[in-house]
Amino acid sequence: MSSRPYAAARRTLSLSERLLEVNWGLVLLITIIACIGFAMLYSVAGASLHPWALPQIIRFLIGLAILVGVAMVDIRFWMAAAYPAYAFSLLLLVAVEVAGHVGLGAQRWIELGPLEIQPSELMKISLVLALARYLHTQSVEDVSRPLKLLIPLAMIGVPAAFVLLQPNLGTATIIVADGLSLLFLAGLSWWWILPAITGVVAAVPVAWHFLHDYQKRRVMTFLNPASDSLGAGWNISQAEIAIGSGGATGKGFLQGTQSQLNFLPEKHSDFIYTSVGEEFGFFGSVMLLALFSIVIAYGVRIAMSSRSQFGRLLAMGLTLNFFFYIMINAAMVMGLIPVVGIPMPLISYGGTAMLVVMFGFGLLMSVHVHRQVEIPRGSAGII
Amino acid sequence: MPLFDRKDKSRYATFSRRTLMMGGAVSAVMLTLGGRLYQLQILEGDEYEAKAEDNRINQRLLAPLRGRILDRFGVELANNRRNYRVLLIPEQAAQGVDQALDTIGRVILLTDRDRQRILHDIAQNKKFVPVTIAENLSWDEFARVNLHLPYLSGIQPDVGETRDYPYSTALSHILGYVAAVSPDDKKNDDDPLLDLPGFRIGKRGIEKQFDEQVRGTAGVSRVEVNAYGRVIRELGHDPGTPGSDIYLTIDQQVQDFVAQRLGDQSAACVVMDASNGDVLALASTPGFDPNLFNVGITPPQWHDLLNNDHHPLMNKAITGAYPPGSTFKTAMALAAADNGMADLTVNCTGSMRLGDHTFYCDAWRIGGHGHVNLPRGIQVSCDVFFYEVARRLGIDKMAEAANAMGLGLPTGIELPGEVGGLIPTRAWKMKRFGVPWQPGETLVSGIGQGYVLTTPIQLCTLAARLATGKAVVPRLTHQIGSTLEPRRPPTPLPFSEQAFSLVRQGMTMAVNAPGGTAYGWRINQPGLEMAGKTGTAQVRRITKEERASGLKPQSEMPWKDREHALFISFAPADNPRYALAIVIEHGGARNEPQVEFARDIMLFTQQRDPLKMRAAYPLRAAETTTSFQPKVGG
Repeated sequence: MSSRPYAAARRTLSLSERLLEVNWGLVLLITIIACIGFAMLYSVAGASLHPWALPQIIRFLIGLAILVGVAMVDIRFWMAAAYPAYAFSLLLLVAVEVAGHVGLGAQRWIELGPLEIQPSELMKISLVLALARYLHTQSVEDVSRPLKLLIPLAMIGVPAAFVLLQPNLGTATIIVADGLSLLFLAGLSWWWILPAITGVVAAVPVAWHFLHDYQKRRVMTFLNPASDSLGAGWNISQAEIAIGSGGATGKGFLQGTQSQLNFLPEKHSDFIYTSVGEEFGFFGSVMLLALFSIVIAYGVRIAMSSRSQFGRLLAMGLTLNFFFYIMINAAMVMGLIPVVGIPMPLISYGGTAMLVVMFGFGLLMSVHVHRQVEIPRGSAGII
Repeated sequence: MPLFDRKDKSRYATFSRRTLMMGGAVSAVMLTLGGRLYQLQILEGDEYEAKAEDNRINQRLLAPLRGRILDRFGVELANNRRNYRVLLIPEQAAQGVDQALDTIGRVILLTDRDRQRILHDIAQNKKFVPVTIAENLSWDEFARVNLHLPYLSGIQPDVGETRDYPYSTALSHILGYVAAVSPDDKKNDDDPLLDLPGFRIGKRGIEKQFDEQVRGTAGVSRVEVNAYGRVIRELGHDPGTPGSDIYLTIDQQVQDFVAQRLGDQSAACVVMDASNGDVLALASTPGFDPNLFNVGITPPQWHDLLNNDHHPLMNKAITGAYPPGSTFKTAMALAAADNGMADLTVNCTGSMRLGDHTFYCDAWRIGGHGHVNLPRGIQVSCDVFFYEVARRLGIDKMAEAANAMGLGLPTGIELPGEVGGLIPTRAWKMKRFGVPWQPGETLVSGIGQGYVLTTPIQLCTLAARLATGKAVVPRLTHQIGSTLEPRRPPTPLPFSEQAFSLVRQGMTMAVNAPGGTAYGWRINQPGLEMAGKTGTAQVRRITKEERASGLKPQSEMPWKDREHALFISFAPADNPRYALAIVIEHGGARNEPQVEFARDIMLFTQQRDPLKMRAAYPLRAAETTTSFQPKVGG
């Protein structure tokens, strides 16, 4: 039985057609969220564009250009580039282990010319690309075959292990979550999923044994913040105070005493959401969550409307990656999970993170622009 | 073949279903986050608002008092002194910061560099944060500032604590020093104290080795701040736990005498209690003033220390690896006596041939030492005798004996950076160079040359082990805080008592019998005589031509080419209690300067006799059960 070939699958869209196809509503939404971020960076710097807000604006503008540029490229090109990108990211990840720049006791950077790259950030996107490409060739039955399952598990496990070695527990968690979500979406059998969940729960005490001392300390501090009232516990309780003291409507823009008085650690990066809570209150912080949710809803819609399995998986993988960032960061600053170094996307100050997030949105947009493109199961994606 | 089939449809259906499930999960998480926000901000908002108000109460970390380092009699070798400082609060300077600096500059000395740093600090901080103008002022300067205070708006005199080393250079290599925290230090240490501005951390010596113990734990000061973060008043004060005091086995008086006697020679000397290895003095000269690093060393000072060819920053007693020269013969003689050579007699003709090489003795010019037995071989330091001993023992047996006497292995002294030296073996040479061991190298090793390298602390251990016949292990610390360092009684060495007495006899003759290599510097006081063994270590090989044309006197050679002069000793010779080793780098210019130094040091030590004096710490573990108060002061 042959499916009806769509005209759009047969020809390539012209550049102007593609520009028209970009979902400008989503771009606007992303810009609004980023602007909230600029405002917060301006606020925590004591009403100053320096040192954070201005560089962040410049990076966002570069990011916007990347987004549109990436969206213009045919999805089949990204499919073809998936494995090389994955291999490159893995190489960088290994290189950073060997010759990495040491920052904050963890090896996370690598210098390529003038750029400082966090390979773990690149890996998140590359893994989603590579897994989407691999799973594109697998039918639902194939996904659950033990031998065929080994390949994607290795694709997830190897980079996750390297990131864990750095040590960067937060990013490793996101990599594993991204990968497993894609397997789930591709139709992994419940016969695999349920025993796996049981196994993970049983393995928690074992995993505890392998955690770094500082990671254990974070968990202990999380369970009992008062035990370390000068160290990490101080961070958690101060973050909660900042959010809680915002009340319903907040203290007002630039009026947050917690962040202005330096009670908050990392107030410009991982803990910036606390300033949103403090200055704009419940309504402000819920609104930001709502904006994020709309972005996610956009992502889901783009995934559902794509005609290729690669596009669907890629769009969902990127959307969920975005979501996991938000979930872990928000839960962390609200004291729901232990402190791990994960920034709030689009809001937290940080170069690589901003560019990678925008690149991810570019890919998502490429899926959207090329949603009518059909790709046979056996195709390698070359245009 | 069709482009798409039923399998594609089925997986699209699966994907859609599972995407919906995922969407549900995402919504649930978002609702949970929203719920948590509701809980924090709406339900408990008032409570947290009160807490944020309370946050006007800020916690500030306080540096604990660093533990003292004391000698065996309780003399403070490192303590804390008052640090007189002057601070400037920029916003209180009525005529502006520049005017304030000009005014204070007329009372105390401010360099342009100081000014730059101060202006930089002011720019970095808020206007109400005090900035240090000057530190470590003398009492006169500080009094002058206080006198002029009415005219100095914004200036605040302040008294802090800082590390002080009252004996300065004499103990520099034992104590080490403290200095500002570097990013490297923070890598393996997450003590919040390290982030404290101006905090000092141990960088060398005991200060580094026991940094954790002497550092103490942070204190906290609770201060009330206003809405802008300005301190209104202090509410509570927890000084933290001061660091533990450390009692060393050092006798400051002996140490000081040794350091003075070595003077500006590039040298190292260790004196220990022969019975248990307690180090009484451990000096490496030239030293440096550890106080410099605390108050901030200037670039020219640092440059001088780094580029001095006498290496003042290096603790030669534990990191200097020297060929032991003839002092090595003592260990060889032990092995010889226990390997059937106790009665060996060798006819020394000034040289010995092996293969097509000639190996010379020091006495080659006068036609050799004649018939030499074991004690006499040590007394006159006959190379030919020990070539023969080495030839018969073989390198591996020699290495075994040397290791047993504590040579070529780190002694485990409680100081950072100790090196092990080297005792070569066949296996070592094969591994290191990939070529087999040569018989000639055995002979050269037998007189402590060639590859053999030892440190002064190892040589002193050798002297103590020769003196007692027990495996004495050196140590430097006796008590940390209120905990006594465990002491293991020395175990017997694998040599016979007969072997030891032959070697001791030879060493006694070397100093006290005419013809001995150290006879000219014997101690004449009855009962205090020392025994010993001299050694010289060639720094460069003597060529055949040089030997043929007559050797140049050492004093005519450039300093760097002169031989190292070594001496190991114990005293009293008949009932040893003190052991000593001394190395003078390139000290071969005049006759045996090291023996002269050793004689003076041994005489001083025995006359003072610190082992007879009651130490500030209990010497035996049994005494710890009785109440014990450390005696403070000398």
